[in-house]
Amino acid sequence: MTDTLNALVLFANFVFVPGLAYGSQLALGALGVTLIYAVLRFSNFAHGDLMAFGAMGTILFTWVLQGAGITAGPLPTALLALPVGILGAVILSLIFDRTVYRFYRAQRAPPVVFVIASVGVMFMINGIVRLVIGVGDIRFADGGRFIIRAREFREMTGLAEGLALRSTQLITVVVALVVMVALFYFLNRSRMGKAMRAYSDNEDLALLSGINPDRVVLYTWIIAAALATIAGTLYGLDKSFKPFTYFQLLLPIFAAAIVGGIGNPFGAIAGGYLIAFSEVTVTYLYRKFFTYLIPGWEPEGLLQLLSTEYKFAVSFVILVVVLLIRPTGLFRGKTI
Amino acid sequence: MSAPYLIGEGMTGGYGAADILHSCTLSVEKGEIAVIVGPNGAGKSTAMKAVFGMLPLREGEVRLGNEVINSLTPQERVRAGMGFVPQTGNVFTSLTVRENLEMGAFIREDDFSETMDLVFELFPILAEKAAQPAGELSGGQRQQVAVGRALMTKPSVLMLDEPTAGVSPIVMDELFDKILEVAATGIAILMVEQNAKQALNIADKGFVMVQGRNRFTDTGEALLADPEVRRSFLGG
Ligand SMILES: Nc1ncnc2c1ncn2[C@@H]1O[C@H](COP(=O)(O)OP(=O)(O)OP(=O)(O)O)[C@@H](O)[C@H]1O
Ligand SMILES: [Mg+2]
Repeated sequence: MTDTLNALVLFANFVFVPGLAYGSQLALGALGVTLIYAVLRFSNFAHGDLMAFGAMGTILFTWVLQGAGITAGPLPTALLALPVGILGAVILSLIFDRTVYRFYRAQRAPPVVFVIASVGVMFMINGIVRLVIGVGDIRFADGGRFIIRAREFREMTGLAEGLALRSTQLITVVVALVVMVALFYFLNRSRMGKAMRAYSDNEDLALLSGINPDRVVLYTWIIAAALATIAGTLYGLDKSFKPFTYFQLLLPIFAAAIVGGIGNPFGAIAGGYLIAFSEVTVTYLYRKFFTYLIPGWEPEGLLQLLSTEYKFAVSFVILVVVLLIRPTGLFRGKTI
Repeated sequence: MSAPYLIGEGMTGGYGAADILHSCTLSVEKGEIAVIVGPNGAGKSTAMKAVFGMLPLREGEVRLGNEVINSLTPQERVRAGMGFVPQTGNVFTSLTVRENLEMGAFIREDDFSETMDLVFELFPILAEKAAQPAGELSGGQRQQVAVGRALMTKPSVLMLDEPTAGVSPIVMDELFDKILEVAATGIAILMVEQNAKQALNIADKGFVMVQGRNRFTDTGEALLADPEVRRSFLGG
């Protein structure tokens, strides 16, 4: 009995909790990608670097706040700085929309042109971030580190294994939940949210109904930039901030959006958790887990399905399998 | 006789270099039903788009209540009191029936719940299905959503492109009754119809279009009685 509990705690500590936090970050990123796709009809490759840019703004203002002696007590100061980071990302997105995407919209360019343009924008944002904050690893989480420490947990329960819950993990999940609820409320209840859905569903009819396309585009960028900044900041708080990792996140984020059914917000969330849990489960070392479950068995190896270096392959495999079986994604995609 | 409430006069134009419409004229009075009939590809939809500002005109004029509105965009025409139900893609399939109607009223700043009640009164089935996505409705119900959406702005002119496409004869009769009801409230109705006989029956005025030109223009009754029209366009 104790052994089974130990195995479960071990699993929760190394798979479930990290997977949940990582899944929330991916889900928020995928929501941004899916929203841009649904309304502007292209895959925005610059979204990963937009996350980095938003997180950078948050970090810079966090330092300002810390310098002025302002902190959020037990919570990370970055949460206070988040609105500034969002504002920066929104402004940057609107600048690129005015200078790049609007030109192609006016021409009614095919989606592939937008995608390539977004790759250009990606490199530009990437360059800006590296110039401003550098390429190194930055840790900016302050406040309380743990909600529960592994040692405390062991003492409390008397189990051999400990379950640690870092405050950034809990914050990630809570913030993601609040943001998702707010987004769905906006899309389904507000006039502008419904107009965005209508525009995404049938652009011509939306125009005939007097919906202003410029307003729809504006709101889409504002929301996407806010989602990107929140996702980027939460990821940075949870792990660390490094510009290159955000570029790498593009793959799991797109996999999440596509697997869920691109254009569908529910799909983006489901896809985010699916990708995250798959990545974490296949790269976990199961040796100790099975030692608890099957007494007397001393496994030879580490019982790891896939070494951590290959974690990005997981996104790829899931993507290919889902697209083969269900090309529209798990939830039917296309419109919000 | 005073000038018609809405008129597209001598409209000439097309999608690209070639003209589809050749000096085509359509008009309708308030409270009247004007019906456009003609073979497939005659340019009926194109003429509707031209009247609604979705097609550049090389020649001709569109006037609404004696004002020339050639330079108005479709959105501005909506604000000027025109409503349009296109032939295809005329509902938001992923939005609920109620949301479709709300989007129809998008330009309205005032309380539009009264108009929505009127639409529900006109099309009781929509009240029943209010919370269902429009994409899950039957063809006939969808057409009702489409007409309802266009009515939400309280237009003075309603333009319908084949409102009875793909619906059964019984539902078609019902829809025509509703359209008569709408016209009775003083709205001008300009519609394209494939079911020419039934449509001309309820029409005050009829236009027979062939290859982008007006071929016959008369009252609905007179067109129905004209042996040549009957032979060539009404199947005997
Ligand atoms: N978007 C478009 N671009 C280019 N040509 C078009 C377009 N839409 C229609 N046409 C052409 O214009 C002509 C008239 O088409 P239109 O749709 O107006 O016919 P219609 O009378 O409405 O026919 P139907 O009864 O089949 O609806 C056709 O030859 C068609 O090929
Ligand atoms: Mg047509």
